[in-house]
Amino acid sequence: MSCILVVTEQTGGVWHKMSFETLAAGQQMGLALGLPVNACVFGTELAGELGGYELNSVIALDSPLLAEYTADAATAALAELIGALAPAYVLFPHTYQVRDYAPKVATRCGRALISDAIGYRVVDGAPVFQRQVFQGKLIADVAPATAGPVFVSFQAGAFRAEALAAGVAGVEVRAVALDAAQIRQRPEAPFRESARAVDLSAAELIVAVGRGIKEEGNVALAQELAEAMGAELAASRPICDNGWLPMERQVGSSGQTVAPKVYVALGISGAIQHQVGMKGSKCVVAINKDPNAPIFEIADYGIVGDLFDVVPALTAALKAR
Amino acid sequence: MKILVALKQVPARDSQIRISADGRWLDESDLSYEINEPDAYALEAALQLREQHGGEVVVLCAGPERATSSIREALAKGADRAIHIEEDDLGAFDTLSLARLLAAAAKTEAPDLILTGLQSDDLGGGQTGVVMAELAGAPHATIIMAVEVNGAELRVKRELENGLFQYVSMPLPAVLTIQSGINKLRYATLMGIKKAKTKEVRRSTAAELGVAPEPSVVLQRVSQPQRVKQTQMLAGTPAEQAAQLVEKLRFEVRAL
Ligand SMILES: Cc1cc2nc3c(=O)[nH]c(=O)nc-3n(C[C@H](O)[C@H](O)[C@H](O)COP(=O)(O)OP(=O)(O)OC[C@H]3O[C@@H](n4cnc5c(N)ncnc54)[C@H](O)[C@@H]3O)c2cc1C
Ligand SMILES: Nc1ncnc2c1ncn2[C@@H]1O[C@H](COP(=O)(O)O)[C@@H](O)[C@H]1O
Repeated sequence: MSCILVVTEQTGGVWHKMSFETLAAGQQMGLALGLPVNACVFGTELAGELGGYELNSVIALDSPLLAEYTADAATAALAELIGALAPAYVLFPHTYQVRDYAPKVATRCGRALISDAIGYRVVDGAPVFQRQVFQGKLIADVAPATAGPVFVSFQAGAFRAEALAAGVAGVEVRAVALDAAQIRQRPEAPFRESARAVDLSAAELIVAVGRGIKEEGNVALAQELAEAMGAELAASRPICDNGWLPMERQVGSSGQTVAPKVYVALGISGAIQHQVGMKGSKCVVAINKDPNAPIFEIADYGIVGDLFDVVPALTAALKAR
Repeated sequence: MKILVALKQVPARDSQIRISADGRWLDESDLSYEINEPDAYALEAALQLREQHGGEVVVLCAGPERATSSIREALAKGADRAIHIEEDDLGAFDTLSLARLLAAAAKTEAPDLILTGLQSDDLGGGQTGVVMAELAGAPHATIIMAVEVNGAELRVKRELENGLFQYVSMPLPAVLTIQSGINKLRYATLMGIKKAKTKEVRRSTAAELGVAPEPSVVLQRVSQPQRVKQTQMLAGTPAEQAAQLVEKLRFEVRAL
């Protein structure tokens, strides 16, 4: 019988929390489509924990060559499982690791991966998936055009882990025969770049500046606003890529995660990789000249306007307090 | 060493985006275009590797005639030559069939290294490079922030989540997907722009490469996102907007 396979992620015995969001997505799709849901995980260590959810079964893929992640080993192991299980849908959390191997697994199965989906709708008994295009400015409906397996990865926050239903599922350890000679990547131990001098996670107020600031010389405008507010200065990735502010001030999936009382986003479009770093802020203020910028979707207060007019006015208003 | 850079032309970042009449993609009538941002970094990485190790940088681009401007820009920055797979309707291809197209063209070159951007700004699939690697039978690594070549070996720095990084080694030939910010982009010089005019751009088509679209995934339509949060929009002159915001932050949010 056909099924849904949810691929979860753990590193060194620690869950990637997006795994649970994708399990919740799997349960929901299982109900909607009338399909049993199986979960799998690389390694045996944590598999037992998945046995506490409402799933058809839990499969622990077991091989010493899976202990340390490599794209080649992950792909070989999963492609073999998919061959044996013949699932109709294979769901992944859209993590950096999944970015690294899921397209390869899908290709090996002759399918395109629907990456970074934010949801699905059932139309005539089959799901149509939604994903962001143009960095979140538009949503695209994408539909599988062939028989399964259909490969989908879900964006962070697309489904709620709290919705995951508890239950009892059997855990099966499945030995995977991998050949060390097939694995071409040789990973070294993960490391952190030199210690951060700025800890934005503790900041109460943050003024963050994005590419709307145009030039390095203009960053001073944001700096003055931050000073008038008593806020820390932060930035989106392109500002740090250009070297206009140090990397340690970057907010987002490859920067810091912050949760201040107020987060003022100046000329930041609000791409998902930025949002994941700041959406825990209690109050988001967006100043952007584009009324359709995705940042307004998560803003409490919005000002549509040219930041070169609004920011000096705001700095003056704060100083006049 | 021969390095192939897959370069995509995408709508310029500040474009006013309008949905086309049939709802399937953009109204392209007055869009301007540019090189996909991470691809510009991939090109720069390739040029720097050529400066260190010698060899050749070949640009590979699938797109309509208008993509010529981006190809010329890459040549002006220093790429040696280009392959342009000229296709008006890339929308008929899904990521897998597009990667098949790129991989078929790459095969004729047998490069030592293929660099792609980690993600395109328009479709945002973030997967074409990985798919090309699987099709070519080559090892790969993604979200790359540094590249070292030692003979037939590659050692690269991958960006992981939570501020972590990791070095990974693998044999050449290989495919890497390059992250923005890996290096500092150069500008084209006047001399470069002049020279670009004489550089070879080999044209090809999907038919010539023997690749048909055959999509397993179809993009049906695009739409404006629905707002999930009630945003209070502050109107007026900049001074009025500023005054309102300060009021709100003081008395509603109580943060000042
Ligand atoms: C794997 C991966 C990891 C990433 N990690 C991060 C990360 O950690 N952090 C991060 O920020 N990004 C990250 N990114 C990049 C992210 O996808 C976006 O490209 C980036 O956040 C865009 O930055 P931006 O909003 O400043 O620039 P843009 O998207 O270019 O937006 C600029 C905004 O400024 C507005 N604007 C322009 N002029 C004015 C003006 N005069 N007045 C007012 N508004 C104006 C525009 O309307 C636009 O909305 C990552 C991407 C990937 C693929
Ligand atoms: N039409 C294209 N022509 C050349 N390269 C492309 C094309 N589409 C995608 N790529 C490459 O693949 C990368 C990832 O694209 P995507 O998978 O669409 O996010 C881009 O950064 C480019 O390097």
